[in-house]
Amino acid sequence: MADVLKLHFDVDGDDFTSAGEASADVKKRLRLMGYDPEIIRRVSIAMYEGEINMVIHAGGGVADVSVYPDKIEIVLEDKGPGIPDIALAMSEGFSTAPDTVRSLGFGAGMGLPNMKRYTDELHIDSKVGEGTKVTMIVNT
Amino acid sequence: MTVTEIITALDLEVIHLADGEREIDGVYTGDLLSWVMGKLSYGNAWITIMNNVNVIAVATLADASCIILTERSEIGDDVIAKAEACGVNILRTAKSSYEICCMLGKILNA
Repeated sequence: MADVLKLHFDVDGDDFTSAGEASADVKKRLRLMGYDPEIIRRVSIAMYEGEINMVIHAGGGVADVSVYPDKIEIVLEDKGPGIPDIALAMSEGFSTAPDTVRSLGFGAGMGLPNMKRYTDELHIDSKVGEGTKVTMIVNT
Repeated sequence: MTVTEIITALDLEVIHLADGEREIDGVYTGDLLSWVMGKLSYGNAWITIMNNVNVIAVATLADASCIILTERSEIGDDVIAKAEACGVNILRTAKSSYEICCMLGKILNA
């Protein structure tokens, strides 16, 4: 299966205001490629949640998006503290975000649940003290 | 009903109008951004008091038809610039989120 498009983004860990630029760029490209608006919405939201998580918890990271003929794959990797209990982190409403982040409207404990809700597959590989790799797939 | 039509009907202040002809397809209200992203549907008018720059990213990615800032929530130049860059309709009112929900409910369901 040949790749149609591969995109790479560095996600800045210090900047909440620029978080979402990578997702917005992906959204724009998918729209130009003629994808269904709901597919675009699902990819954009899942990726934005991932970007925000890397900014809040990991001091940034990298995002790679691959557009295949039948699916869109988003891989987010960081060298943050890792997730000690993935099942707990997946529960709606569970959050370890600090108050400063909550005051911006984040930290509702909906990041990972939203990533699961809007994708067909979600895989999380995390090692405490080493980092986290999140792979999401949206079938097209 | 379009964004321009609700501006007139609800007497909303226009902060930035990118596409007045955009159809309003339902309404969502909420201030927690991830919660909103999980629940807001395509084309919804989004009613909120949240006024930071991330609101624009959420409206863009979740594809809200417009943001209606309530309680005359203060909005910075950086947020307006982002709305312009992203093509997001952003409106404002002194009324509460509850009042605007009731008014929109009436006119959209009429």
